[in-house]
Amino acid sequence: MRAATGNVQKEYLLRTLSFCVLTLVVNILLILFSFRFRSDHSVSLLGFGKLGSIPIRTATAILILGCIGLAGSIAPLVKRLKVEVNVTFYITATGVVSALILWAAVGSIFDMVGLVALSLRLSTPIVLGAMAGMLCERTGVVNIAIEGMMLTAACVGFAATVYLNSLWLGLLCAILAGSVMAALHAFLSVSMITDQIVSGTVINILAVGLTGFIRRSFLVKAKLSRTAILPIISIPLLSKIPILGTIFFTNQPIVFFMMILVVLLTIAFFKTRWGLRTRAIGEHPEAADTVGINVFRMKYLNVMLGGAVAGLAGAWFSLETTGSFDDMMTNGKGFIALAAMIFGKWHPVGAFIGGLIFGFSDALQIIFQIKNIPIPFQFLWMMPYLITMIVLAGVIGKSTPPAADGEPYIKR
Amino acid sequence: MPAVGVDTNDELLSLRGIVKAFPGVLANDHIDFALRKGQIHTLLGENGAGKTTLVNILYGLYTPDEGEIRINGRTAHIKQPSDALSFGIGMVHQHFMLIPIMSVTENIILGNETTKYGFINRQKAKDKIRSLAQQYHFDLDPDALVRDLPIGSQQRVEIIKALYREAEILILDEPTAVLTTQETGELFSILRSMKDEGKSIIFISHKLKEVLEISDVITVLRNGKVVGSVKPDDTDEQQLASMMVGREVILQVEKQKMIRGAAVLKVGNLRVNDQRGLCAVNGVSFEVHEGEIFGIAGVQGNGQTELIQALTGLTPFQTGKISINNNGVSGMNPREVTVLGTAHIPEDRQQYGLVLPYPVRDNLILCSYYAAPFSRHHVFDFPSITSEATRLLEEYDIKAPGIHTITDTLSGGNQQKTVVARELAREIKLLIASQPTRGLDVGSIEYIHKKIVEARDNRCAVLLVSTELDEIMSLADTVAVMYKGEIVKTIPVEEATKEKLGLLMAGIDA
Amino acid sequence: MNLLKKLDKEWYRKLLLPLLAIITALAIGAVIIAASGASVIDAYQGLIEGAFGKPRAIAETLVVTTPYILTGLAVAFGFKCGLFNIGVEGQLYAGAVSAAFVGYAVKGLPVFIHLPLAMLVGVLGGAVWGAIPGYLKAKTGGHEVINTIMMNHIMLRLTDYLVKNPMLDPTASIPRTAYIEKTAYLPKIIPAFRLHWGFFIALAAVFAVYFILYKTTVGFEIRTVGHNQSAARYAGMNVTKNFILAMAVSGGLAGLAGANEVLGLNYYLPASFISGYGFDAIAIALLAKSNPFAIIPSALLWASLRNGAGLMQIRAGISIDLVNIIQACVIMFIAAPAIIRWIYRIKAVKAEGGMILTKGWGKA
Repeated sequence: MRAATGNVQKEYLLRTLSFCVLTLVVNILLILFSFRFRSDHSVSLLGFGKLGSIPIRTATAILILGCIGLAGSIAPLVKRLKVEVNVTFYITATGVVSALILWAAVGSIFDMVGLVALSLRLSTPIVLGAMAGMLCERTGVVNIAIEGMMLTAACVGFAATVYLNSLWLGLLCAILAGSVMAALHAFLSVSMITDQIVSGTVINILAVGLTGFIRRSFLVKAKLSRTAILPIISIPLLSKIPILGTIFFTNQPIVFFMMILVVLLTIAFFKTRWGLRTRAIGEHPEAADTVGINVFRMKYLNVMLGGAVAGLAGAWFSLETTGSFDDMMTNGKGFIALAAMIFGKWHPVGAFIGGLIFGFSDALQIIFQIKNIPIPFQFLWMMPYLITMIVLAGVIGKSTPPAADGEPYIKR
Repeated sequence: MPAVGVDTNDELLSLRGIVKAFPGVLANDHIDFALRKGQIHTLLGENGAGKTTLVNILYGLYTPDEGEIRINGRTAHIKQPSDALSFGIGMVHQHFMLIPIMSVTENIILGNETTKYGFINRQKAKDKIRSLAQQYHFDLDPDALVRDLPIGSQQRVEIIKALYREAEILILDEPTAVLTTQETGELFSILRSMKDEGKSIIFISHKLKEVLEISDVITVLRNGKVVGSVKPDDTDEQQLASMMVGREVILQVEKQKMIRGAAVLKVGNLRVNDQRGLCAVNGVSFEVHEGEIFGIAGVQGNGQTELIQALTGLTPFQTGKISINNNGVSGMNPREVTVLGTAHIPEDRQQYGLVLPYPVRDNLILCSYYAAPFSRHHVFDFPSITSEATRLLEEYDIKAPGIHTITDTLSGGNQQKTVVARELAREIKLLIASQPTRGLDVGSIEYIHKKIVEARDNRCAVLLVSTELDEIMSLADTVAVMYKGEIVKTIPVEEATKEKLGLLMAGIDA
Repeated sequence: MNLLKKLDKEWYRKLLLPLLAIITALAIGAVIIAASGASVIDAYQGLIEGAFGKPRAIAETLVVTTPYILTGLAVAFGFKCGLFNIGVEGQLYAGAVSAAFVGYAVKGLPVFIHLPLAMLVGVLGGAVWGAIPGYLKAKTGGHEVINTIMMNHIMLRLTDYLVKNPMLDPTASIPRTAYIEKTAYLPKIIPAFRLHWGFFIALAAVFAVYFILYKTTVGFEIRTVGHNQSAARYAGMNVTKNFILAMAVSGGLAGLAGANEVLGLNYYLPASFISGYGFDAIAIALLAKSNPFAIIPSALLWASLRNGAGLMQIRAGISIDLVNIIQACVIMFIAAPAIIRWIYRIKAVKAEGGMILTKGWGKA
């Protein structure tokens, strides 16, 4: 909602100006920061797997980054260059992140391939969650219950692994648990016409209660408190490619599932009958109804498919990462997934990129903690949440949801 | 009992004793209706007469409480649109059932896709769409996005959508409401060539002239009942009008000759962008004087909405000048514009004019709650609010059980009277009324017209925006026609004829 | 009184659905208890005795009711403006941190200045933390549901950092702030019990919120924006201002809850301070259908469930998480009254509820 009145031009100028001043200050700080490394002639070592590592003079590199950022933050003020403030934001953000990496790489090798691989791994639940949300929202059902679906799936998947003694059966049960919770969401929001955000909240609260109950009533008494995790699979031949092989073709199964799903859903949404009908319902359910499409059945189907994908994301926590289950272990990732979905403009590939950015910031935080960078770790933890808010504030530009998103369809 | 004048032989479709009740309204009361092959059969009636309900039943969107539908002499059970489609019934809805961000092809094939291994075969669909368009002699780009098409072309997409499904019976619900005179002519020629192909058409309208022009048979509905069926050759406008309304209709509003005073509203070279940032109002200039009703005619979507929003401070404008009583309006918010003595009857009364879950009382003070006597130091003075609301309820003849009645439960006419009461109760110098009678019954229309003329006679300047030519011609003193964001021409009402305005509304200044 | 007369006619029907929702949720709880092999009677007897069995239990239940009333009011106030404030938890922290800081860092003030000052700063802390997502919603269209959740996480980390670093009491054995000055203490109502004057402050807040919402133009604007933004703009109201104001008041109420906990109960702020009040508050507001007066019984119910759960676990060996499940069921039935109507064959009444919520992601 833009301000109702006042000059459009003036508001736009004010926004541009405040952005430029902000990035200007950040980049000046960055340049000052570079002097810290000048006196002791620090060298940053960036590692690239088997290809060896590249040494870079830290002070010079950060100074260059700062200067590029400085130029970038002035550019929007020069009318002829036609530079959008968004570009400024990206340049500065990239500069700051690169400077932090250079800082962490001083003295010891900073494994860049490892950073990207870890980002991809950590982005998995976010990308999957975003696609779960997309499946629901493309048919017009807002789903803020991804968090709850993931949590339930993580718990049920782990419990099934413990009691059935099979990781793969556990994975299957996690997927089923996700879709059962989704069925409840569909029942409440599609059939009962409950407000979809309230329905999502109900499921999130229910998930906390249910998983806590299962954990304290059963899991703590079980023989195993920890199980094996899903194995790492190397794709023959492809995994031998330097760098790319390590990043993309040597992974655990759910990471592979995630990448396959991104491709699959992109095709399904835009090339198939199912996709056309799904998108039509999300935009204008009445139009779909009047050409004989069963709107309710499609909504149930897609919300439950979404739940299954969220279930897969939940299994990532318990079955692919820790081999155990803890209270609230999904830690808000379900909500970050929604931000990735909005960032990606309800498109699987966009959501993948959005998810990667969040995964990257998570990965950075972990590596910085290991490398003992003197930034309070609480602030590093805050990063993904802050980025989510910046993304939602529309720095990335307008993101338009499906037109009938969140509107219940009431058949006349 | 077949209705008057309808031949029961060789009926393609017949409805017998259809009853449909909604809470508080009997929308269809034992309606009989018959359609023969190759016929254009019109359903004529006022807003709320039950036309749309009847065709929605036929299309499977509503289930009738009683009655029987027969197609080709056999009872047909139509429970949902897909049943109607399988009986060869297609429908062009009053509000198009199109998805703006999708292409023409996607919109047409939706629900009827040709697939190979689950993938859509677009090429085959495009070929069929092209040949259908050719058959009925019009252009349609299958790859265009629907939102980029003009309204007339969107309507053709809807028609092709029905033909693509090989519909034999086509229902068109108020298809001419959104069209210019020229576009209506083109639509009629398409309908005629469909008729020649042996298709049967149910045409819904409340415009007498065009009904007489296109129909083979006219069935008139009033208050959910069939009043009678006539052939166009056996009737005239006056008879149809009185059948529709149930009494003699005074089509003319009584008003004195205009005594024009000083200019109250001055608009100079105004440019306004719409929500998507595209230019909607392009360099418009005009003046509205004391004691004058300045009517803006035009087809929906030619910049009227954006113009009014800019005048009332709801949306900022790009360039130009607006002044009310010599006060510049640039940068003002709606409150400040109101304080200048402006009243605004908004186009969409449910979206802008009223808070439907509120009691009538709260809606009656919606624009004056913030000042004495209704509140002091931010605290409400309920006794004075109650007495004012009670007074307005009586004075403006708002039929509500009391001032605490929830506005949502009132009829459209009484909701609009609530808006009118609130706006005219203030001391005003300028009245901006946008589509003030859209969707209302004849009684409320007459009442609101009377109030608008009263305001003018009380030396108020009135800006009236309407898409109904009859309304403009009977109320306005000066008529301006808007087309594609510009005022094509401004003329005194004495010089305006329907034909001339019709051409102007299509951008043709002859 | 006018109010009583209105209540007289409507109260039976208005109470019926929530009561049936609670009963049905307890019945589902009973099925779960029975299914896990425990005694339903032992469990529920424990639950009731734990909450109301002894004077001390009652006082403790009221201690928990206090923040529940305030946080429930906070969520309800947001609902009235069409905003879903899930960030009450974070705003409560913001209030607690700010009040604690004023409580221990400001020295030498008399009681009648220090205590109100500490509370006011607590309220302001919560209000600022609440106003940010309100501003973002109004200006950028960023949805408040996600933003408030993100701000909860950020506040959790920020509190952890503040208490462990600049605000740390180095002499303490656990990470916590210093004790607040005696002049900032909220006095106890009965010396032997922990129940403090914050309870009456919470009750006063209920009346204040009711007055603002229904008797002032400020509340009228907020409710109008909540029902219909277009009509609000048409009527000359500033939608941006009202979004920010509503979120600030909502956050302020949450901040007051946080200040109460520090000034009336703990007298310091520990690092591991996870209240959970903010999330239960959503349920409390939904159960009360955002009616300020209905928040009181609704908060009391939640407090007794929370306080009785301990004894239930001891008596019947049932995990306290059962209470969460029961609570989720209550809100589910409140949010989807059609289920309850179907079970008990109650006919729907027209114009019921009147809850307003945000839908979708907001079209900027």
